[in-house]
Amino acid sequence: MKNFSGNVLFLDRSDINTDEIIPAKYLTEITKAAMGPHLLEDLCLKGFVPGKSTRDKQVVITRANFGCGSSREHAPWALETNGIHVVIAASFARIFRQNMFNCGMLALELPEAQIGTLFDTFAAFETRLEMDLADSAFTLAAEGRRERCIFEISPFDRALVEAGGWVEYADQHY
Amino acid sequence: MGRTIVEKIFDDHRIDNPFEDVHVIRLDVVACHEITTPIAINDLVARGKDRVFDPDRIKAVIDHVTPAKDSKTAAQGKILRDWARRQGIRDFFDIGRNGVCHALFPEKGFIRPGYTAIMGDSHTCTYGAFGAFAAGVGTTDLEVGILKGVCAFRYPETLRINLNGRLPTGVFAKDVILAVIARLGVGGATNKVIEFGGPVTAAMTMEERMTLCNMAIEAGGTCGICAPDATTVDYLWEFIQAEYPDRDKALESFSAYQPDADADYADVIDHDVSGLEPMVTFGHKPDQVKPVAAMTDQKIDQVYIGSCTNGRIEDLRVAAAVLKGRTIAPRVRGIVSPATPKVYRQAMAEGLLSIFMDAGFCVTNPTCGACLGMSNGVLAEGEVCAATTNRNFNGRMGIGGMVHLVSPATAAASAIAGHIANADRYPAEGAQA
Ligand code: SF4
Repeated sequence: MKNFSGNVLFLDRSDINTDEIIPAKYLTEITKAAMGPHLLEDLCLKGFVPGKSTRDKQVVITRANFGCGSSREHAPWALETNGIHVVIAASFARIFRQNMFNCGMLALELPEAQIGTLFDTFAAFETRLEMDLADSAFTLAAEGRRERCIFEISPFDRALVEAGGWVEYADQHY
Repeated sequence: MGRTIVEKIFDDHRIDNPFEDVHVIRLDVVACHEITTPIAINDLVARGKDRVFDPDRIKAVIDHVTPAKDSKTAAQGKILRDWARRQGIRDFFDIGRNGVCHALFPEKGFIRPGYTAIMGDSHTCTYGAFGAFAAGVGTTDLEVGILKGVCAFRYPETLRINLNGRLPTGVFAKDVILAVIARLGVGGATNKVIEFGGPVTAAMTMEERMTLCNMAIEAGGTCGICAPDATTVDYLWEFIQAEYPDRDKALESFSAYQPDADADYADVIDHDVSGLEPMVTFGHKPDQVKPVAAMTDQKIDQVYIGSCTNGRIEDLRVAAAVLKGRTIAPRVRGIVSPATPKVYRQAMAEGLLSIFMDAGFCVTNPTCGACLGMSNGVLAEGEVCAATTNRNFNGRMGIGGMVHLVSPATAAASAIAGHIANADRYPAEGAQA
C-alpha cells in the first residue's frame, strides 16, 4: 500500500480541471515520471507557485469537482510522481476519481461544510495529515490544533487501495 | 422486470460481482491507439507482465498523429508498433492501412451486436451503434483489459431516447445528436447508457447511427446504443456470412440484444425531429447549440471535414454534393480527412476527391490530427473553424481557436460562403434552386 500521510497542500478553488493538473501538451510523453515537473503547471490560483508550492507535500485538500474535464490518467500520475497519493475534496469528476483508485491512491469525499471548516482551521498553517485507513479516519495537526475526521470508502475502493491498484487487484482475482 | 440492451450484455459477460454494484465483465474487444496505450505498455513491461490476454481480441492503430510529426509522436508510434509485433497482434494498422480508430474498427467488422469493448479513448461509445457496450476508459483500465480481458463497471442505468417523426431533407444525424445534447446538457447522461430508438433511428444507416452514438459522451453518457436490426446484419454480412446460413438467421441471433418491452429505464424521452433545422454549436461546450440560420454572420477561417463523427463515405458524399461545381471562399482553408483508407479509395473512385480539390480543399491522409489540435490543421490563436468533429472545448483544435460543430453539409456550405451557412443555399447541380 502507498503512503497516505504527510504534509498538506491546500488548493482553495472548485472545478480544478485535468488540464490545470497536467496540460495537454504533455500527452505525447511516454513515461509517468515525465509528468512530475509539470504538476499543476497551469493552475490559476492566487498565491500558488508551480514547482514550489507542491514541494514536500503528500496530501491535497481542495473544494468541489476536482479533476473535471478530459479523462486523462496523466493527472493522477502527475500527483503520484510527486509523492501525492491522497486528494480530499468536496466532490470529484467520475473518471478522475476512478483513475485515482485504479492507481491505488485515495480520492476521499467530505461534506462541503466540513471541507470549509478544514480550510478555516488549517489552511493558514503548515499542516500534517496522519492517515488511519483501517478506521476510515485521518487526523490533521498544526500549531497545537488537531482534528480527527471520519470518511466513507466503498469496499471495492478499499480493496483497490489495499491491493495497490486495479492492476494488482485484477492480477490476484482474474 | 424486462431488461435494456446493455443490461442483457452485462448479464452475458459478468464474470464477477465482488461487491455491491461492482460488475467485472469479460471483454470481446480491447482497442488501442498510440496516445493512451504506450504508458500502459511501459507499465506492463516494468511490472514484468509484458503479456496480452488474447492477441486476437486486441485491435491497435496509429491514428492520432500519422505520419509522426516529431520525435515524441514517433516514439509513441514505435512503442505501439513494437508491442503489436512482439505480442502477435494481427489486427494492427500502421501508416498506409491506418485510419481513425472509431471508423476503422467497425469497418473491419470487429464490432458485433452484444459485444463488450473498451479503449483508452472517450469516443469508444461509437460502437454502440452495433448494439454493443463500448466505453472509453483510463489507461489503468486499459492496461488491465490488455492483460486480463476484463473491466469493472457499475450496472449502467439506461436513458431511452425515441427519435420520432421524419427527418427533414438537408437535416442529418449530426443535427439530431447536437439537438439531443442541447436538450440533455453536457452532464445529462452521466453514468448512463443512451439507448436510441424510434422510427428515425430504425431508418438510419449504420454510418448515421455511429454519428449518433459517437457523441453520447458529450452528454456524459458512458455509451450510446442502438438495437441491432436488418441494417446491422447487412453492414456486417461480409464478415459474418460464414457463421450463419442466411441473413435471417443472423438477425434472429442478434435479436437477443433487443430491449424488452417492459425494460426499466432511468428515463424515456420522446424527441420529435420533424421540425429540426441544421444545427451548430456556438460556445466551448457541446450543449451550446443553435440553428445554423441564427449564426450566419459568423465568419470562419477554416473548414474541417473528417473525424470519427463525420469522416465516413456518406459524409463525404453529402459534402461533395454541396461543393460540386463551386469553389470555397478565398479566405477559407478547407481540409478534408477521409476517415479510413477504404473511405479514401471509395471517395476517389466516386470522383469525390476531385470535387473537393476543384473546390479548393486539401485532402489529407486518414488521421485524427486536426480534431484534437495535434497536427494536419491546427488553428492559430483567434481563428475560427467550422468542423464536423465532436468537441468544441476551449483550445481543442489549437490554443485560442474557436470550433463550431456542424454536419458535413453545413461545413461544405460554410466553406463556400466564408461564414457559417445553411446548405440549402447551394442546391446540387441540376436541381431546382
Ligand atoms: S477523430 Fe477526434 S474525437 Fe475521434 S478519436 Fe480522433 S481525436 Fe478523438
